[in-house]
Amino acid sequence: MVIAIGFEGSANKIGVGVIKDGTVLSNPRRTYITPPGQGFMPSDTAKHHQQHVLEILSLALEQANVTPDDIDVVCFTKGPGMGAPLVSVAIVARTVAQLWKKPLIGVNHCIGHIEMGRQVTGSKNPTVLYVSGGNTQVIAYSEKKYRIFGETIDIAVGNCLDRFARVLKLSNDPSPGYNIEQMAKRGKKYLELPYTVKGMDVSFSGLLSFIEDRAIELIESGKYTPEDLCFSLQETVFAMLTEITERAMAHTGSDEVLIVGGVGCNERLQEMMKIMAEERGATVFSTDDRYCIDNGAMIAQAGMEMFKSGQITKWEDTFCTQRYRTDEVDVTWRS
Amino acid sequence: MDDYRSEVDCSSLLKQGAEAKIYTGVYLGKLCIIKERFPKKYRHPALELSLSQQRTKSEVRSMLRCRTQGIQTPAVFFVNTEENKIYMEYVNDSVTVRDYIIQVQSSSDDAASSLLKPLAYKIGEKLGKMHNKNIIHGDLTTSNMLLRKPVENLDIVLIDFGLSYINSTNEDKGVDLYVLERAFLSTHPNTESLFSVLLDGYQNGYRNGVGDVVRKLNEVRLRGRKRTMVG
Repeated sequence: MVIAIGFEGSANKIGVGVIKDGTVLSNPRRTYITPPGQGFMPSDTAKHHQQHVLEILSLALEQANVTPDDIDVVCFTKGPGMGAPLVSVAIVARTVAQLWKKPLIGVNHCIGHIEMGRQVTGSKNPTVLYVSGGNTQVIAYSEKKYRIFGETIDIAVGNCLDRFARVLKLSNDPSPGYNIEQMAKRGKKYLELPYTVKGMDVSFSGLLSFIEDRAIELIESGKYTPEDLCFSLQETVFAMLTEITERAMAHTGSDEVLIVGGVGCNERLQEMMKIMAEERGATVFSTDDRYCIDNGAMIAQAGMEMFKSGQITKWEDTFCTQRYRTDEVDVTWRS
Repeated sequence: MDDYRSEVDCSSLLKQGAEAKIYTGVYLGKLCIIKERFPKKYRHPALELSLSQQRTKSEVRSMLRCRTQGIQTPAVFFVNTEENKIYMEYVNDSVTVRDYIIQVQSSSDDAASSLLKPLAYKIGEKLGKMHNKNIIHGDLTTSNMLLRKPVENLDIVLIDFGLSYINSTNEDKGVDLYVLERAFLSTHPNTESLFSVLLDGYQNGYRNGVGDVVRKLNEVRLRGRKRTMVG
């Protein structure tokens, strides 16, 4: 029996989660929400995390009903992510590991999403679509690595949605992507947008420039409503994502898809993926906002797998790194 | 239009690719492959219509253009633009390069390098020649290359031109190679040296001005998100 605590703060969410052999005991989190039209800046986000991390840590221990003595391993997000927020959270993890005299493990954020998704859905060997504000990757496991078959060659899909939400001055509460999804449900008229798929890779920057340049004029002239534009944007970018996922499945011969990451909450994306999977006799696995959105438990889950397979991060390696690719991690816990 | 139907025996589903169903059939007495871009229900109908038509058209165009330049692709027999079906030559007795590499690698390391290096070089040469004629494949993977038997002849047939287009810029050629590199290395772990042999072949096939394409490829490699880099 292993009890792991995980600290996550690579973007605008700060979370601490406690996991006992794959069961989530607690997973509290706070989100730094900026005014409409604005993104989150690294320094302000770091301040937010610094203000809340201790409160969330005690909440996590209290809800899980465990004491520091019960904990076997402390896990934290090593990267990728924004530098200042990452460091603010890592410093707390490092401190408690020393205070409690526990081993410390630095976890790759993307691997955290994948392992949590596998644990929650019970999928065995899925092709993973990892979509969030900072990442867009199609991943499959082979020979001790999560290998990246396709990814964005410029901006992440979540970043594309967030930046369009800023053009429309949509609220960032609970998240810009959620508000685009609600608007899109009322959209009717489809505007054809640039559709850029390169094999198993995608590109969103041209599409974003296209719609950013025209949005205000299209709305003011009455040709399209903001709802229509949200609808068209979602239909286009999600079709691109579904297409590259299907291409990766055809290429690797896989019949399971797992969607993880913040954009993975989107029900329209889940629906499109489900239709695609049904057309080829495959199964879709997805999780809800508790696990799709960044959280502490996912870091604890991946860290626990690493710990059980004998990995411990050396003290001098417990730094953070903004650039840390999914395929750099040795997956020692899978055969 | 109606007459062709009697000539076609659309029999068995061979494979479901990423965007089309592949059937084997008979066309005017010849064994053929029927590639059908069936409507994808997950896509908005307007998007679906424009993508399917555009891709069927560019696939046929690029295949013809390749063949006139001496780059092997299946021969196109007939195109049904209403149902987005392409009737083409069935490349009999062949194996995908993907399966071949996996099969050779599982035998022995020595055999792998002596058999695969000439193949990688030959693939590179073909692609260099294709890019030299400004044909961008758009979805280069080892699944999209067939190797006719006997494999020793290194007789390579390129397939799946649905995402292809004509472009003369080094940017698009560089990205085309980048897409292949990523698919190649993720499908066949630890084959970095093999891919560099492929690039040598590419340089030989492309000839004039190849340096600019390779420079562009190096530039594109650095673009991917979250790359490990110094500074």
